Amino acid sequence: MIKHLLSGGDLDADTATEILDTAAEMATVAGREIKKLPALRGRTVVNLFYEDSTRTRISFEAAAKRLSADVINFSAKGSSVTKGESLKDTALTLQAMGADAVVVRHPASGAPHRLANWVDGSVVNAGDGTHEHPTQALLDAYTMRARLGRLAGLSVAVVGDVLHSRVARSNVLLLSTLGAKVTLVGPPTLIPVDIAGALAPGTDVSYDLDSVLPNVDVVMMLRVQRERMNDSYFPSAREYARRYGLDGPRMRRLPEHAIVMHPGPMNRGMEITPEVADSPRSTIVEQVTNGVSVRMAVLYLLLGGNNR
Amino acid sequence: MTAYLITSVSVVGAAPTDLLIRDGVVAEVGTGLSAPDATVIDGTGLVALPGLVDLHTHLREPGREDAETVESGSRAAAMGGYTAVCAMANTSPVADTAGVVEQVWRLGREASLVDVQPIGAVTIGLAGERLAELGAMADSAARVRIFSDDGHCVADPLLMRRALEYVKAFDGIIAQHAEEPRLTEGAQMHEGEVSTRLGLIGWPAVAEEAIIARDVLLAEHVGSRLHVCHVSTAGSVEVLRQAKARGVRVTAEVTPHHLLLTDERAESYDPVFKVNPPLRTATDVAALRSALADGVIDVIATDHAPHAVEDKECEWAYARPGMLGLETALSIALDVLGPEWDLIAERMSRTPARIAGLTGHGVDPAPGAPANLTLIDPAARRTIEPAELASRSRNTPYARMTLPGRIVATFLRGEPTVLDGKAVK
Repeated sequence: MIKHLLSGGDLDADTATEILDTAAEMATVAGREIKKLPALRGRTVVNLFYEDSTRTRISFEAAAKRLSADVINFSAKGSSVTKGESLKDTALTLQAMGADAVVVRHPASGAPHRLANWVDGSVVNAGDGTHEHPTQALLDAYTMRARLGRLAGLSVAVVGDVLHSRVARSNVLLLSTLGAKVTLVGPPTLIPVDIAGALAPGTDVSYDLDSVLPNVDVVMMLRVQRERMNDSYFPSAREYARRYGLDGPRMRRLPEHAIVMHPGPMNRGMEITPEVADSPRSTIVEQVTNGVSVRMAVLYLLLGGNNR
Repeated sequence: MTAYLITSVSVVGAAPTDLLIRDGVVAEVGTGLSAPDATVIDGTGLVALPGLVDLHTHLREPGREDAETVESGSRAAAMGGYTAVCAMANTSPVADTAGVVEQVWRLGREASLVDVQPIGAVTIGLAGERLAELGAMADSAARVRIFSDDGHCVADPLLMRRALEYVKAFDGIIAQHAEEPRLTEGAQMHEGEVSTRLGLIGWPAVAEEAIIARDVLLAEHVGSRLHVCHVSTAGSVEVLRQAKARGVRVTAEVTPHHLLLTDERAESYDPVFKVNPPLRTATDVAALRSALADGVIDVIATDHAPHAVEDKECEWAYARPGMLGLETALSIALDVLGPEWDLIAERMSRTPARIAGLTGHGVDPAPGAPANLTLIDPAARRTIEPAELASRSRNTPYARMTLPGRIVATFLRGEPTVLDGKAVK
């Protein structure tokens, strides 16, 4: 098993599949009356969050607690971080406290890579800047596999602000490793340069959502911040929604079996309409549930829970 | 004053000869010289070059003496074979008045390890809004001739035009940091495959090329001298090539790091590789190397940029851009160009001295020439250890790399500043 999980690219197909299979076992725990395993008893997991992200933090917290780990939540608000302590000094502090794993969310791309140089424990990237969010990609892959029965050969459209999306980067890397085909869809201003060369050679790019929808098994809508229009990435929220939002008529262009995903939090009415978000095709709530199982699997495997 | 007899040394790659240094000048050149009073240096296997001249050095004093001082930077320069450096204006306070440039000049004289020639800011506080008192800096004891807002682009085209015109009165030159600010907001590294993969905001090549294209047209229009700092892209080379072919009075520099390193170094997220302009692609590196050989790029300048540890041991986005360069530049030139001694002398000494108007520098060792020179052992190879550098900072991108060439000695007006590879003072 790998020591850190910093990027979707850290995982080969066997390792990724092992995580997904382990997550499926973990999911059975959630159905029990006592939702707890002793696997990480006595181990310490630190949630180090430099950005507000309630949903990701509580997902990791629930995962660690269900494995009986001791969980320390370290958030940037009301901590020494606001007094100007450097990431390195914080890392040395966590090191001195004996953290076995550090789950880090940070607004700067690459911060988890830096952290991994400074602590002995495992580092899990819980989202870094506009770079990656590998456990989100794992839970997305888990959800696709659960709904559609496989990953190899699937056609997945990832739609929206790819440029600023850590979810998109991790998904492209992981899905390509697992044999799915990814098409990135969005206005040209929000598709980063040389994306196929940068991430995975088979990745396609389209600027036309309507032409892509009839041929996909999965459509994953990304959150788009309205403020992007102030930087001229697109003229207005209305025009964005018209060209790249997923509404009822567009959803009906999808094949019968296709599913609709969203990493949350959603901008209802912007990239997705309530009709779509609340439809039976939508996996948005399942994604949250699966997130806990997948993060249990990641912590369990990274911390060597299977070797004890 | 001690006399020095350097025996059997190759002057700029020529057949071995002896050099006698006395009273601050090269007194004699020829085989079989004898001078009983002189200290003898065995120059067998060594190459003598006119002392190197750096058009682009950040000495950080006044303001960031924790990162570098005029003295520590001067020592680093001497260790790198330099006898003159041009100190950039982005200090704190900014070198935008006669008072500050005279302070830097005086600190350089006191250290007396290299000649420190201050560069003056183009605009007050580097803010890009109003011209600094360029004439007062030119008339000061520091005799400023190069003006630059380096670190910031003089982005306003009208202000750039006025600056280019105004300095004609005292044969000044504007050294432009070519970076269109709107195209590089928040930029962290070269915009391309690697920035996409790393999720770092891209610094597109066009942001440099667009400013250089504009500025060569402005310089042509007003008949002024323009110098382009740290050219980093293949497209910039083409713009410069065309401008020079038309006779525009433009010169250009390239840094050692842009001749050697590429944007793939950012994969580590180690900000020691963060620099502005950023490391580019292998295609750019190849274009810069050939432009340096064919003269479209006139000069290798270090952009020596010391930074305190806490400004580099952090997240990439929060780190300051810049890397050390003075103590490794000659080795990288040797690595990139090979033992082309005349070309190295041209790009690292004669031409930068001419651009900066430093008449005592950039002169090949010959009878009567000022004894500003450096001795290099081209056969030596050394592994760069950050802790061993003379600079007060440690942010070298070449840590643990093995590079060719070693500076054996450096002389400033006949006085050794480096002997046997060690700083004399």
